[in-house]
Amino acid sequence: MTIDIEMQSLSKKRTGYKILTMVQAINDGMKTMLEEDDTTIIMGEDVGKNGGVFRATEGLQEQFGEERVVDTPLAESGIVGTALGLAVNGFKPIVEIQFMGFIYPAYNQIMTHVSRIRMKTMGRFNAPMVIRAPYGAGIRAPEIHSDSVEAIFTHMPGLKVVCPSNPYDAKGMLISAIQDPDPVLFMEPMRIYRSMRGEVPDEKYSVELGKGVRVQEGGDMSIFAWGAMVSIAEIAAEQAKQKGIQCDVIDLRTLYPLDRQIIAASVQKTGRAVVVHEAHSTGGLGNDIVSTINDTSFLYLRAPIERVTGFDVPVPHFALEEHYLPTPKRVLEAILKAVQF
Amino acid sequence: MENKFPVKKVMDDEGNFVDNSYEKAINTELVWKLYYHMHRIRSFDRKAINLQRQGRIGTYAPFEGQEASQVGSALVFEEDDWIFPTYRDHGATLTFGADMVETLLYWNGRVEGSLPSKSKNIFPPAVPIASQIPHAVGASWGEKRKGNSNIAIAYFGDGATSEGDFHEGLNFASVFQTPTIFFNQNNGYAISVPIEKQMNSKTIAQKALGYDIPSKRVDGNDCFSVYFETKKAVDRARKGKGPSLIEAVTWRKGAHTTADDPSKYRPENQGKNIIDPITRLERFMKNYGYWQEEKVSAMQKDIITELETAVKEMEAYKHSSVEDLFDHVYSELPAHLTEQKVNYFEHIRGV
Repeated sequence: MTIDIEMQSLSKKRTGYKILTMVQAINDGMKTMLEEDDTTIIMGEDVGKNGGVFRATEGLQEQFGEERVVDTPLAESGIVGTALGLAVNGFKPIVEIQFMGFIYPAYNQIMTHVSRIRMKTMGRFNAPMVIRAPYGAGIRAPEIHSDSVEAIFTHMPGLKVVCPSNPYDAKGMLISAIQDPDPVLFMEPMRIYRSMRGEVPDEKYSVELGKGVRVQEGGDMSIFAWGAMVSIAEIAAEQAKQKGIQCDVIDLRTLYPLDRQIIAASVQKTGRAVVVHEAHSTGGLGNDIVSTINDTSFLYLRAPIERVTGFDVPVPHFALEEHYLPTPKRVLEAILKAVQF
Repeated sequence: MENKFPVKKVMDDEGNFVDNSYEKAINTELVWKLYYHMHRIRSFDRKAINLQRQGRIGTYAPFEGQEASQVGSALVFEEDDWIFPTYRDHGATLTFGADMVETLLYWNGRVEGSLPSKSKNIFPPAVPIASQIPHAVGASWGEKRKGNSNIAIAYFGDGATSEGDFHEGLNFASVFQTPTIFFNQNNGYAISVPIEKQMNSKTIAQKALGYDIPSKRVDGNDCFSVYFETKKAVDRARKGKGPSLIEAVTWRKGAHTTADDPSKYRPENQGKNIIDPITRLERFMKNYGYWQEEKVSAMQKDIITELETAVKEMEAYKHSSVEDLFDHVYSELPAHLTEQKVNYFEHIRGV
């Protein structure tokens, strides 16, 4: 909340900025591209008149019409499959999958066609499309609505996977994703859709995909996180600071391809690392970050790398979700364990 | 339902007109075009099986018996139309203009073989069943959005109609009234499972009813019936009147692929009474004065020359480039993939 007030007072001094929630920033990113590029189409369930179940597409059908913002039948494979047909025929579909937990029917289309069409045709056909998927637990949603399955997609060559953690990045990365010649899975942390606010320029701007960002500077410990886990990592880093431990908190932002340079540079400085993600541990992206550290920075390590992740259980019904999700306390324990090693 | 969807025939098994109204529409040019292409793709098909047996290409999916369905439909499309084939539709893609050398390369495990030929909109063959159906809907939706009259056709088999993508594709086409032709080749078997175990419905055509998509059941071994019914559907789509489904009732004479043995699941005599689609056209040609012996032998000679040249070219084709393993996955090679590539090249060079 204090951050909000600070930001609001800042923006009063500037023009061309607004304080937006994450979901508003995403809406603004889509609006920017719909205005700029006639080939851009929004497709998905309830994205039209209803403006999406999270209101991410609110007002867009009204402004751009039913041809550009299309309420599709309720069929994820059909949505992604037809979007691919449109994409190879010169359009840029932005597909909304209502919740990441409902993306599974489209898995075959993404895995066997969307991610491979460029390779199969040596570039003659491409699939410049964006698949938006709200993900993650922590909003007391019904079962299946809270999955966080980025690793299924980072294991899929041909696709890029990104996940912003704040409104500024959300708009800038969405614009980059729409302009990208390759298909991009755009994960949106619904837990911070509305709770996170920030300054967002009115104008069009882009945030480069494939690049992480340092959100807190420190020399004792690297913490790697993305999406909703970035604020958890930041809180833990603040608590560590009170114990005299300075953390380098890295928001990876792009999950595939990983920004290996920022990972290596941070670990080579600190010699310790904690990876935080809410997805399951086994086969999780944390393991690739550990591998990256192993490949690039093994001799710099002063302690085993810690991982704080969701457990290897299906994301539970929400009564237990706070026990499933990484907490600042669990992250802090991992930090202390590594420091005390 | 079978009564609601009678199998449309233009000629009978003996090659006689059953519907004289087509007499004027059938001319020498069309007859010989159909005959030439059916012959050409059969020769290709048999050659491909032989090449596989000799270890000169990989596993191959034959289409013998389905030539009338594939040629009769493919001859209807125009230059800028879109084709979304399966792995058993190389007869259709060759007829539409796919390159024969590239088609052979595909079956020899070469990515160059799944490139759309020249400027044609031929999608790589879909291997996951029915997955190409929504693509055809999307591409034709794109044509409609652009205000063009081009259409897209999705080829698929009887088994594909059990898949979700078939139903999702039909529903999208129906909702958005896309210029899509759903061309089903009901060849009796999905690998080993006969149609009566695949579905309880008596026809595939009736499945379009649920989506208010007009559909027609045609004799898939009667090239005229396939040609004229496809043409009606295509003309309708070009005029903005939406999608259609055609069920071409045909017969897969051979195995599912060269790795399959149908004697395990198919009674030996099954299908033996079905008159071959090429024989049927020959009978028609003889009955109605189109037959010219010399023209046939010259044509066969040309086809053999074309095939032999294509096989030679396929076998003399430049070796696969290892770069191609990496270079076409993304528009720009990501850093980690560059590293994998560089390391692998060092490895094979023995650095």
